[in-house]
Amino acid sequence: MLQAYGVVVPQGVLAHSGPEAAQAAVRFGGQAVVKGQVLTGGRGKAGAIRLVSSEEEAAKAAGDILGMSVKDLPVKHVLVTERIDIQGEYYLGITIDRDAKSVVLILSASGGMDIEEVAASAPEQIRRLTLNGTADNAEALKGWLAESFSNELQCKQATEIVQKAYRLLREKDCSLVEINPLALTAQNELIPADAKVVIDDNALPRHPDIETLRNSEEYTADELEAREAGLSFVSLSGEIGCMVNGAGLAMATMDGIKLAGGSPANFLDVGGSSNPQKVLDAMRILLRNEELKVILVNIFGGITRCDDVARGILAARERLGISVPMVIRLVGTNEEQGRALLEQAGLIVASNMTDAVRDAVNCAREGGAKS
Amino acid sequence: MSILVDEKTKVIVQGITGRDGSFHARAMLEYGTQVVGGVTPGKGGQKVDTMPVFSTVAEAIAQTGAQCSVIFVPARFAPDAVREAANAGISLVVCITEGVPVLDMVDLYHELQEKNVRLIGPNCPGIISPGKCKAGIMPGPIHKPGSVGVISRSGTLTYEVVYNLTQKDLGQSTCVGIGGDPIVGTGYIDLLKLFEADEQTEAIVLIGEIGGDAEEKAAAFIRTFVRKPVVAFISGRTAPPGKRMGHAGAIISGGKGGAEEKVQALREAGVTVVARPDQIATALLSGDNLTTRSV
Repeated sequence: MLQAYGVVVPQGVLAHSGPEAAQAAVRFGGQAVVKGQVLTGGRGKAGAIRLVSSEEEAAKAAGDILGMSVKDLPVKHVLVTERIDIQGEYYLGITIDRDAKSVVLILSASGGMDIEEVAASAPEQIRRLTLNGTADNAEALKGWLAESFSNELQCKQATEIVQKAYRLLREKDCSLVEINPLALTAQNELIPADAKVVIDDNALPRHPDIETLRNSEEYTADELEAREAGLSFVSLSGEIGCMVNGAGLAMATMDGIKLAGGSPANFLDVGGSSNPQKVLDAMRILLRNEELKVILVNIFGGITRCDDVARGILAARERLGISVPMVIRLVGTNEEQGRALLEQAGLIVASNMTDAVRDAVNCAREGGAKS
Repeated sequence: MSILVDEKTKVIVQGITGRDGSFHARAMLEYGTQVVGGVTPGKGGQKVDTMPVFSTVAEAIAQTGAQCSVIFVPARFAPDAVREAANAGISLVVCITEGVPVLDMVDLYHELQEKNVRLIGPNCPGIISPGKCKAGIMPGPIHKPGSVGVISRSGTLTYEVVYNLTQKDLGQSTCVGIGGDPIVGTGYIDLLKLFEADEQTEAIVLIGEIGGDAEEKAAAFIRTFVRKPVVAFISGRTAPPGKRMGHAGAIISGGKGGAEEKVQALREAGVTVVARPDQIATALLSGDNLTTRSV
């Protein structure tokens, strides 16, 4: 993406095996860097980035890296890039400052490291500049950068990189464009040795080209299916399946479960609309979890109507054959109708969140025996 | 007195002919709010029940004297709807819409600052001063007039808290949902100031969640400037890092935005932080445990 905005980046070739990596290294005369491609940081520390000096070394490095996992994510391919003679490394990031409600440039001479670690250990090395308003002013930008870069040529290159990265952030709705490290070569050139962009999910509807790049490895199958169904879902490792409306209440429900001594299997916000189909989709995803011992439904009807939720639950019971007990708590809009529907079908409905959470935790502890 | 809205506030609804807009315009009217009309471009002259529809906010203001607008238009049109309201002279804009891109909010925020227009939201349930005015989507009947001011980043969790307060006979002066996005028009501190100055408000409830450091900033403000007792609840104490928990703003990233730091900061500022939503009412009732700061 940086390249599309005119930033010069190192040439690289994607490889899936040792021999492929060796072949790629030939292009760079054997002098190459082999990097494991996974969507997480900390690759260097995990040993998934190696400098090589020959084709044989490239093949061996690729073989080693392709077998490893970084933060539980398996490395499926490696990128073989030209080896840059690095004299210095900077961190250059553009992101949103929530406090200042602005786009900020973050710059540090300690590149290559996690910026959070630098922030914690040497905050004085981090410089920040508000970019809305100043990004278009090359002279002002250059003046600011001059305090971090030692000569005119470097300042000029840094200014161009910042302006191009800022344009990328604005035009593609990124919440982060991070170049780390920004390498200074022996030839006095600034080259992004690695980069990361984060796109604002809320802006994806206006970037269909980016939506297609979404990498499924980052999400569990359940999370992907939930996204398709318009649900907000995060897999967790516990045994109490949660279905809640509203993100804040969903988090508070998870917290309540932990507080009562249980463990939530997931975060799930069925959203503000009252559509029985969503409830059905949500139940299908919850039930696929083999660790599941009980389902806790916690609904506070506002826009969401309790009778619609009740219909969804009944449809799920009929069509999916729910094998675990359910603890259901319904209050708010159309509470009486929803409660009546469920009680007619023999389900017990709680009206108090604390009681419902406690019942679910007890139920999971008993192994979800009662049905 | 309540804050932001009361029985005299004249409200219009932008997007009044849409599904959500018409439903909630009616609900607000039924609650007793002075909903004086609505706006949908090109549909001026129509009516939604008794409420006149105008094509522009400027016309609506000229005809009705509206001061507050509640926005229900889709995310891609929402920033322009807010701009239109601000330019036409609305002083309080409530944007219910979810899904506004954060860079749009960066630009909008600074424009509104210059115009001195207050925006609540986006991605929020709105404002209610119980018994007086409902400019939002919250269920009216769970509220009750009283002396507790409520500020929250969440929707349904706020209902949960208010429901518990009302059950324990603790009425509310005003409840404001500030929105779950990383950048919102009005934050905790603006509202803490208003509640501190409001005669009807005797205690403040602050409902926070993981992500960002707005709660820490609020704590620093409370420590120095708020004399009234504050009780807080923070959701997401068990949320895993790096995952966005529904709200665009609710993510623990790079070791920042976790719940424990927020709880700690608030406690150090003399705020009573409870572990469960229903304990907020209990904490308020056992008044002696509440710290009243001397400023």
